[in-house]
Amino acid sequence: MSGASRSILRSAVLWMVLAAGTAVFLYPLLWMVGVSLSPADAAQAATVEGGFAWPASPQWENYREALGQIGSGNAGEPMRGFKDALANSVVIAVLVTAGTVLSSSLVALAFARVRFRGSRPLFMVMLGTMMLPGQVTMIPLFILFRNLGWIDTMLPLVVPAFFGNAYFVFMYRQFIAQVPEALLEAARLDGLGWPGIWWRIILPLCRPVTAITAVFTFIGCWNDFLAPVIYLQSDDQATLSVALNGFRNQYGGITKVHLLMAASITTMVPCILLFLAAQRQFVEGLGKGAVKG
Amino acid sequence: MASIELRQVSKTYPGGVHAVRATDLSFRDGEFVVLVGPSGCGKSTLLRMIAGLETVSGGTVSIGGRVVNDVAPKDRDVAMVFQNYALYPHMTVRRNMAFGMLRRRRHAGMAAWLTRHAEWARERDEVDRKVAETARTLGIDALLDRLPRALSGGQRQRVALGRALVRDPQVFLFDEPLSNLDARLRIETRAEIREMHRRTRATMVYVTHDQEEAMTLADRMVVMRSGVVHQAGTPEECYARPADRFVAGFVGMPVMNFVDGRVEAGAFVGSGLRLTLPAGRWPAVPTGPLVLGVRPDRIAVAPGASPGGDALPASVRAIERLGDRMDVVLDAAGTRLVARIGNDDRLREGEAAHATVDVGAAHLFAPGEAGMRVSDSGDR
Repeated sequence: MSGASRSILRSAVLWMVLAAGTAVFLYPLLWMVGVSLSPADAAQAATVEGGFAWPASPQWENYREALGQIGSGNAGEPMRGFKDALANSVVIAVLVTAGTVLSSSLVALAFARVRFRGSRPLFMVMLGTMMLPGQVTMIPLFILFRNLGWIDTMLPLVVPAFFGNAYFVFMYRQFIAQVPEALLEAARLDGLGWPGIWWRIILPLCRPVTAITAVFTFIGCWNDFLAPVIYLQSDDQATLSVALNGFRNQYGGITKVHLLMAASITTMVPCILLFLAAQRQFVEGLGKGAVKG
Repeated sequence: MASIELRQVSKTYPGGVHAVRATDLSFRDGEFVVLVGPSGCGKSTLLRMIAGLETVSGGTVSIGGRVVNDVAPKDRDVAMVFQNYALYPHMTVRRNMAFGMLRRRRHAGMAAWLTRHAEWARERDEVDRKVAETARTLGIDALLDRLPRALSGGQRQRVALGRALVRDPQVFLFDEPLSNLDARLRIETRAEIREMHRRTRATMVYVTHDQEEAMTLADRMVVMRSGVVHQAGTPEECYARPADRFVAGFVGMPVMNFVDGRVEAGAFVGSGLRLTLPAGRWPAVPTGPLVLGVRPDRIAVAPGASPGGDALPASVRAIERLGDRMDVVLDAAGTRLVARIGNDDRLREGEAAHATVDVGAAHLFAPGEAGMRVSDSGDR
């Protein structure tokens, strides 16, 4: 076999493997979209029997109906429950994302550049907190927030984000450690203190890391179910992920799967848009992380 | 503009490493001083202590008569040009140049900035005008809206110079600013820095490990090794009357030839050589072992066997041609000598030659790597 035909064969095999992988990843999404556009009986059949057929006539009104059924406080105003849950999700996710980016980068700058006694042991302790499963701290945290009177407010979800996230602190620190020392010295000569260096030099340079942090944090927070369900008890405080749970019946089963899928796809849209917006920075940042460790 | 005074300044790092030992130096107002020495000699540490980027372990640093040991870098009114340019990658050339000046003015008049916005706008216009003017002087006015990554190394260094220049500081500090440039650009930028000094008449302190750069730029050079100042003087003084063997070996290219020996009956004897010392050159020659130092351009070489007298028989080990002249490496009775002479096609590698040393221009040093130079008639 000649070199050229071997190369073509190799490409063909590679493409087939990649196409198969893509199909595996895309199938669940396609299934969701298909079911969300199906009539109720076809959707139920697809769920029970596991099969899947693209609907001959897409039922777009499923979406309107699904969003209308989110939440329980819809009296008098259409989609009120959905709007409340959407607003709650947006406010919490934006605040948590901003808090995580600001606090993690600030802490990372201190660990990477400020010489102080105990810096290394403190960094190790911080890394150690990554090993701690969330379930371990769940009850003590709940008691703490209850004593503070924060239950059924968004504070337990938002405030901790402003105290840094060990994983992102580590990521920022690795990036900041690569910034030439002379750049910070030039900034000091130009009249910047540590806060100015952080805000005017480090944060703009850390754009790729910030993109990763922001996307991961936003998506994680947007999709988070456990924390909101623990701390938010009133219906009007529910986030979208909690509100979606309203599609389950009292026995835990799902009767209107087509509506659940329609509502789920709607809640995915902001995450997809955010990822597309940050994609360039995101991929660049992941690449950098891979090279620089 | 300002003078700089260093009194018993020292720097000791944690772990007891002495980067700079008790050093006294004075830089006059408007003087161009070059700190020069091999890697790790403490020259950059000294510069960084003047800038305030490094704390002082002992002694005092004064700028313009004011002790600045505890003054923040931004309040010392110094500008620094770094080896790797240190331009802010996310700012355009214009913002890079204006940044420090805007920060300083904002600090100086924060209240005015808050209450009288029109005045601040005028200040900004003034900064813009000054940036444009400086950029024109340095020939970078076409680059003002570019980011540093879109510039060549030489252009980046010009921007770094412009950034320092535009602030109009009391003192300019340069930390090996030409090390990352190619040879030709280095010579061009060297001339520009010299021109910058002539125009501003500011006090400038420049660090380099390149003795040629130091010689061409300095009003006065400070030669350092292992945290100690070996000599501070004009380039001519350091070249013609080195304080010790280290300075003699460091300043001048090719490196000075050193021969171990002793003085006996008016002649220097050592390593198979015997050279008659001219009367009156060394009023008081100490007895015991000595080192003779002679610059390569003070050795004449001719082909063929020695005709006798003070001409030393030698063989040519290597010839390095430099275009208009050449370096000849000789083996004279087991002693390696390098001579820099005009082109001579009669000389051949491996063949016999003879060398004549201009002993009247030579130096005698006490033994050891940094042995002091023996006082001679030139010191009077």
